[in-house]
Amino acid sequence: MYKYDEYDHSIVASRVEEFRDQVQRRLAGQITEDQFKPLRLMNGLYLQLHAYMLRVAVPYGTLDSRQMHMLAHIARKYDRGYGHFTTRQNLQYNWIKLEDAPDILADLATVEMHAIQTSGNCIRNISSDQFAGAAADELTDPRPWAELLRQWSSFHPEFSYLPRKFKIAVIAAEEDRAAMRLHDIGLRIVERDGRLGAEVYVGGGMGRTPMIAPLIKDFVPFDDFVSYLEACLRVYNRYGRRDNMYKARIKILIHELGAEQYAAEVEEEFRAVKALGIDPPQAEFDRIAAHFAPPAYDARAADELDRSDPDFAVWLDQNVSAHKQPGYAVVTISLKPIGGIPGDASADQIDLMADLAERFSFDELRVTHAQNIVLPHVRKADLHTIWQQLRDAGLAEANLDLISDIIACPGLDYCSLANARSIPLAQKIATRFSDIGRQRELGELKLKISGCINACGHHHAGHIGILGVDRKGVENYQLLLGGSGAEDVSLGTITGPGFSEDGIVDAIERATDVYLRERDEGERFLDTYRRLGMAPFKEAIYG
Amino acid sequence: MKLLTGNDLPTGDVTWWTGTGWSRHVEDAVDVGDQGEAIAHAEEGARRVNGPYVIDATATPEGPRPAHIKDRIRALGPTVRPDLTLKPADPNAGSWVI
Repeated sequence: MYKYDEYDHSIVASRVEEFRDQVQRRLAGQITEDQFKPLRLMNGLYLQLHAYMLRVAVPYGTLDSRQMHMLAHIARKYDRGYGHFTTRQNLQYNWIKLEDAPDILADLATVEMHAIQTSGNCIRNISSDQFAGAAADELTDPRPWAELLRQWSSFHPEFSYLPRKFKIAVIAAEEDRAAMRLHDIGLRIVERDGRLGAEVYVGGGMGRTPMIAPLIKDFVPFDDFVSYLEACLRVYNRYGRRDNMYKARIKILIHELGAEQYAAEVEEEFRAVKALGIDPPQAEFDRIAAHFAPPAYDARAADELDRSDPDFAVWLDQNVSAHKQPGYAVVTISLKPIGGIPGDASADQIDLMADLAERFSFDELRVTHAQNIVLPHVRKADLHTIWQQLRDAGLAEANLDLISDIIACPGLDYCSLANARSIPLAQKIATRFSDIGRQRELGELKLKISGCINACGHHHAGHIGILGVDRKGVENYQLLLGGSGAEDVSLGTITGPGFSEDGIVDAIERATDVYLRERDEGERFLDTYRRLGMAPFKEAIYG
Repeated sequence: MKLLTGNDLPTGDVTWWTGTGWSRHVEDAVDVGDQGEAIAHAEEGARRVNGPYVIDATATPEGPRPAHIKDRIRALGPTVRPDLTLKPADPNAGSWVI
């Protein structure tokens, strides 16, 4: 894991004290809310439906047990005993008091955490593959690249007031577990002629105008990596639509300019940027990469597993993934108990996950964009003990990538932007499909719910997506089919007229019935939909 | 009827204008008629409220009921965590929102 150097410590500590002063001035009436709002947003502090909400950055979703324990401590001391893990691999607290915010940031700083750039029109938290460093299918660990970008983008003076927010994802495997092409910039680390570099995709995103990022450059070597991204951002900063916030994301610029023209503009800018000499030397990258060196695996760790407990065996099949190291596995802890709130975890559960990481996973955890938690480096021999402890804490739901593993934004229960509630719908759907045998019969089925057009619940990328809308003051839900955020990326299509809360649960069941009836051998729901098209699903849904 | 609502500046709590001050409970809210904007301006200037705005509501025997579901959720708390609402022991509180 990356450890702060003296500069990191210094800038985070300075920011805490700066914000403490800003809060004191706001409470004393020396600055207005209009003046204060951009300052608090720069520190991740929103005003939401019931209280202030604080979004804490978890860089590329990686944290250690000390940091995880701190998240639990803050939940207990300053919030109401829980936190909400988000689709940006961050954590949000829903019940924060403004007067406590500086102390919370100070507590976070003691474990090398902060809330900087978790809001505002800047480069947000860099996201990555939650299996980074452990995945059997990765070329290299993408996190040193993500950390390099974190350092480059933190307090970047030229990119602190972009036309709109800006999101970057970095992966290094064929399988895309980070929705890479649905980011403003998506990067896949690849190898060419023995050198590492990046495929660069620019202009993806969800929101009200979903777009899949086109490939802008097929290989940018490490030596040009930072300069090239600087050029990408500069072109956006110059031409992005500041006149209309709904057209201000880079995806709109690239749509209007065309990918080829944008790429040409970036090439020209790159030549100017390259002359500035901002690309770090290999030695600096190596210094960063050393923080992500593989842990000291037990070379004698056994691959054999006792599968005699049937419940444990189901969990093994569903929530445990292949690790690059023999004798080890990757565990995904589902934060989607049937009938629960997707992504929520109590302080006690957060502490338990931290303890398990410390004992069994080389002190490492990951937050996934699907709102689950990963223990990345677990000896197979320890899996049963871990499962038992998770089960006792209500954290052993064996539903990874099944229909009840639902991504849901906070929706109208918490969010001031939402038009409809997301969480109750997730609870109803999960309850309807609660039988694990039925879920496994349906197989991989990614269901994603957003409570408004901003698409924080990634509904465009769901095999089944749901968008909550406000129809004359009544919650209504649109159904989408055929989306994917993975390497087979696609955007979902709306089926037709919307549904009530109960009606959409029935509609989903009818859609899954079509799949079960029509599927070919080995097809997932998404595959059957792509083969058959919308017609048979629409006919079943609307009768 | 029209209600004036906002958030308490230091705590962020949802608050309602009672005619003489601010309350956490929508039952205490009063009809502000066409005076909402003026009250909001004065109260915000005095830092007794943050982000005040006027909403439509209906008078009921139990007190004012905001017209929009968003404001009813603000008034009570999240529908998915009854234990965190202002009426954790009231089994009918949820139906008041929906």
